This record gives sequence, structure tokens and C-alpha cells, in this order.
Amino acid sequence: MKIALLGNPNTGKSSVFNLLTGLRQQVGNFAGVTVDKRSGFIQLDQVQHELIDFPGTYSIYPRSKEESVVFDVLSDSNHSQHPDQIVFVVDASNLQRNLLFFTQVYDLGIPCILVLNMWDLAQRKGIIIATEELGKMFPGVPIIQSNARIGLGKDRILKALTSNGNTELNQVRFLESSELCSIDDVQCQKLEAEKRLRKIKDSLKHVVQTKTPEGDSISRKIDRVLVHPIFGYVIFAFVLLTIFQFIFTFANAPMNWIDTLFSHFSTWSSEAIQPGLVNDLISQGIIPGIGGVVVFVPQIAMLFFFISILEESGYLSRVVFIMDRLMRPFGLNGKSVVPLMSSVACAIPGIMATRTISNWKERLITILVAPFMSCSARIPVYTLLISLVIPKTFVFGFINLQGIVLFGLYSLGIVFALLVSLLLKLMIQQKEKGFLLLELPDYKNPRWGNVFINVLEKVKIFILDAGKIILAISIILWFLASFGPNMNESMHGLSKTNAYQSMTEKEQTKAMDACKLSNSYIGILGKGMEPVIAPLGYDWKIGISLITSFAAREVFVGSLATIYAVQDESDEQTLLIDRMRNEVKADGTPVFTLASGVSLMVFYVFAMQCMATMAVVKRETNSWKWPIIQLVFMGLLAYFSAWLCFILLS
Amino acid sequence: MLNTLDHIELQRVVEIVSVDNSPISSKLTEMGLVAGQLITTLFRAPFGDPIAIELNGTVLSLRLEEAQFIEVKA
Repeated sequence: MKIALLGNPNTGKSSVFNLLTGLRQQVGNFAGVTVDKRSGFIQLDQVQHELIDFPGTYSIYPRSKEESVVFDVLSDSNHSQHPDQIVFVVDASNLQRNLLFFTQVYDLGIPCILVLNMWDLAQRKGIIIATEELGKMFPGVPIIQSNARIGLGKDRILKALTSNGNTELNQVRFLESSELCSIDDVQCQKLEAEKRLRKIKDSLKHVVQTKTPEGDSISRKIDRVLVHPIFGYVIFAFVLLTIFQFIFTFANAPMNWIDTLFSHFSTWSSEAIQPGLVNDLISQGIIPGIGGVVVFVPQIAMLFFFISILEESGYLSRVVFIMDRLMRPFGLNGKSVVPLMSSVACAIPGIMATRTISNWKERLITILVAPFMSCSARIPVYTLLISLVIPKTFVFGFINLQGIVLFGLYSLGIVFALLVSLLLKLMIQQKEKGFLLLELPDYKNPRWGNVFINVLEKVKIFILDAGKIILAISIILWFLASFGPNMNESMHGLSKTNAYQSMTEKEQTKAMDACKLSNSYIGILGKGMEPVIAPLGYDWKIGISLITSFAAREVFVGSLATIYAVQDESDEQTLLIDRMRNEVKADGTPVFTLASGVSLMVFYVFAMQCMATMAVVKRETNSWKWPIIQLVFMGLLAYFSAWLCFILLS
Repeated sequence: MLNTLDHIELQRVVEIVSVDNSPISSKLTEMGLVAGQLITTLFRAPFGDPIAIELNGTVLSLRLEEAQFIEVKA
């Protein structure tokens, strides 16, 4: 049996889902749209039944393409996901509006259970519901009170499902003429909603007694501060700063552990398996590739931990409220703010967080511009290049020039994120008009169980969906970096030279690695593209590092260290910086000048140098079209801006 | 006196007279914005847009361009 879970947003529907299924959940997409489909199993009379959580909506008629899955599944009895039974969750303190959607579902004739959730909240607001009278409105529907946030109601819901399971399709209708409107006929839908609301209001007179229908006075008081014209922004900035501070402080350690762990795995497997191609593939290709996926987990988990708390507490909708007006001119939405801000830490969780944006165009624009925000992987590239080409002087005697440049790079990313949004707003055509019409729920303490499940879900989606692509690309990159047509001959030739013979063992390894990389396919590619990148001020060694850093931007630093055969282990990187400073072109002029250095930094601000982001964009847009457009567009922008910088500064 | 919701001062209780036809009129109706419904204007976002209103104890936010379809009387 298939059981659908339906209801309005902010009714505690996901708490009910977590309560019923516990940790035995799966996430995926509904066919054709990128809307999270959470499903789990519940046991009734020793039989497993599938419970599917549908997106929270206010009506059977969709607000957006993404919400249309509810209409599609419910209106088509032959649909593969069409439910045999429905658990409908309503907010007991707001029956009138919640019942609109319920009466639409009830009139479909599918056996239903009505769950009056947040029962305690209703009581606190002085709302008294005569459950028996409510039952008379909907013959055949068991009505259950629950408070899923504190875990109350599970047994009652399961019991009702068991006894309700064999009921025939309900013949009673709430509205006599209950034909569904067509999905595009707004006028028909409006009239239907009016009819239903009128009848609900009439019927509820005998059901609900309210002293005075009043909002939560505490929430109103908090709102006076949190949406204040000045303090509202100050507090939001403070919240963001705290989150980033936390992530930068605490994500690094676990990321290093993961790195170390996987390099141990790699060494161990290279010793345990017979030397040869299989050994190389596993110890240098697959294991580091998996490590490259897992290393993102701490950042993703931490960001979603905070985003879930903001969401659960009700603050996130206030952020949307105060930012909406600012983002709208750029074709974005108040809901774009958190994904874009998260992208300052890492674009992956940022892009995954765009699921809350219901309008497809606004969501797509947010996804496409998110990688312009300077993420933490760019920091090693920026700091290396800044300390190399920007003098440590002080402007006005106290502002560090290096700091100004770093700030400038971040600002450049933000400015272009907005400019490109503007451009995309004009370019992407869409019939569907974006609108806000958002509920600002009362503030509540977050439920840690829900936060935990949400974090787990996002990590699982990333590892299982994006991980495959990242692993595949990193194996390809490994292959290209480890093999080459004349690699063995070159390495053999190197080992015969006098210079090599007189090196220490450590220097020999370094020299060998450098020789290997520059004679690999990537090396050949880097040399081949030298004419293309020469106008930007780069040589083939930088070219190689640009290609390898498609795995992740910070790989740029490691690759340069390999090519120059220097140690990159000390924090100061003095060896690498000295070596880069002394690097000269064929004509004797230095490679790294102010012009080429700035040009490289600007290149890294704009270029889509991250396969993991591409994999996530593919997952979130459900096609390769958008990540490829993004790669090409960002690449061209990076190329021409870097070229311009080089010309202007040399 | 009739007016549209985007022109109403804050902290006023008004009654909805009608919701004009528009691409989002069915969505406004589904949120409970129907003729006869009493609503309170609560607060505005910085820059005056969107606005927040209260009806039946819940708070809704809507953009001014959405609020202009709602005709109200004091």
C-alpha cells in the first residue's frame, strides 16, 4: 500500500513524517522535477507500507512547476505514485485555511486520515476544537490529535491507518460539484477556493470556539527587532558572521583528518596490493577520489546544521522578508540570499539549499551565479598569489594593501554574481511569474531530531548523487596526470643526468614527480594550450595547474609545488614563493609579475574551477545542459577579464 | 472608504471587499484572502516592501505588487 503525506507548509508535516518513519528514510526526486521526495516504510499488522512525503502546499493546484507533482499524482489514479491512503496533516490552530486543501483531497474519494497537529499550540492560543463535530463534516475520516514535535500521536496515527486500510473509496463529497479545475484555469480555481472557504467557515462555526483569534504575541515582539529597518540587517549580518566563523574554525580540523585518513588508506593499499596498474588505479585514483568527495562533508553538514536551525526556528522566513526587495531587481528572490551567502563557504551546500526557491527561473539564476561567490577553496590561491605579487605596503599608513586586494577579490565575485543575475533575468524567458506570498510562522525552538535528519539527508544526497560524478572525473584527471606517451623515456632520461645523480633522495623524488607531471597527458595539454593562455601572462606550468585544479581550486597550489619540485608543506610556503619569484620566461623576464599575478587571481574569481560544483548543479537542475553552459560562460568571462587585467597592468 | 491593501497604514484592521482577477488571484484566495475577511496590517520590510499582515492568527507576507489586487475598507 502507498500512503501519501500531505498538508500545508509549516504544519509540522515533516515532524510527523520523521515520527512515523524514524531514520529509515530515503531521499530522491519526484520524476521530472527536482523536488525532494522523501519516502520511508511503516509497519502495519506486520506488513510494510510505503509512506511518501509530498511537498507542503496550500492547495492541490500548484504555485509552480515544482509543486505540480502534487496535482499530477493525486488527479491521475493510474499514476505510479498514486496513493491508496492519505495522511493529511493540519495545523490545529489554523483550521480554516488548512482545511481548504484537505477538502480538495477529501473530494477525490481516497481514504484519508486527518491529523490535527500542533494541538498544544492551539490550546495555548485558546482555540477549542470539537473533534466529533469536525468528524461530522467529513464522514469516514478518522481524526487524530497529535503533537509530533514532542513525539505524540504516532500510535494513534498507525492504529487509524490499520483500521482505515480496507475502507472503500469514499462516496461522500464536501462540495457537491467537486470536479477538478484544469491546472491553468486560475478563474475556476479561485471560484472553487471561494466556495470551499465559505462552506468551511460556515461549518466550523459549530466546531471551533476561539476566545479571540490572536497571533502569538511573543513572536510579534521578536519581529519588532528582527525585521527592524536597521537592527534587522545588523542582526542578520551578525548571524551570518557567526555561522562563517564557526565553519572556518571547526570545518578545517575534520577536513584535515579526512585528508590524512585517505592518504593513509592510499599508502596502505599501495603496499597491500601487487604493484601494477590495478594498484595505481586503486591507491592513486579511486581512494583519493573518494577522499575528494568525503572532504566536503564537514562543510556541507555544518552549513545545513545552521540552515536547518534557522529554518526550524522561523527566522529564515524573516530573512527572506527583509531581503526580498533588495534581491528582486536582479531577478532573484529573498530566498536566494541564504544559498548565495552559504556559497562564500562552499558553493555546494549553497546550490543544494536553493530547493526552497519555488520559482524555477529564480532558482536557476541563483544556482548559476552561486559559484561567483568566493568560496573557501579560493583562499589558498588568493593568499599565495597576493603574497607573491602584492607588496606589503600600507595605504594611508594603516590599511594593508594585501588586505585591500583580498577584499577586492571577494567584492568582485559578489558584484558579478549580481550583474550576471541581471543579465540572466533578461535572457531566461518564463511564463510563470514569481511571487512571494509567504507565511511567517511563529518562532519556535528548533527540533534537534529534525535538524539532525535534515543534515544527514543532505550529506547522503551529496555523497550518493554528486559523489559518483566527482569520483569519475577525479579518476579521469588521475589518469591524465599519471600517463603520457613518452613519460617513461623522459623519466628514464632524467635519472641518467648528472644533476639527478647528485641530488639527495628527497630531491630526486621531487624532481621525478615534476618530470612525470610535465610529461603526462595533462602536461602535454598544458604545453599545448600555452599559446592560448600566453596573452593572459601564463606559461605552460601555470596551464598544467589550471587543468589539475579543476578537481578543486586549492589543488593549484599543490600542482605548482609539484611542477617546481619544491616542498609545499610549511605553512609559510616561503620555499614555493621564492621559487615562483625566481621563475623566468624564455626571454629572461619573470613569470609572476603584478600583471600576471592579478590576472590569475581574477581568473580564479570567475572560472568554474570545481568539478564538485558542476556535479551538484547537474543534480539540482537534472540535466548536463546548465553545468556545461555555466562552465563555458564562466570560463569565457574569466579568460577575458584576466586578459584585460594583464593588458592594463603590464 | 475603499482602498487597496498596499496603501493601508500599519496597525490597521481592515476588511477585504474583493480580490481582483490576476494570475495570482487563486493563490491569494487559497491563503484565505477572501471578501469579508478581517486583516491587520502588521509591519513592513525595510524599504517598505514587502508587507506583513495578520489574518486568523497567522502572519502572511506579500509584496506590494501582490497587495494591490486586494481591495479593502476600513
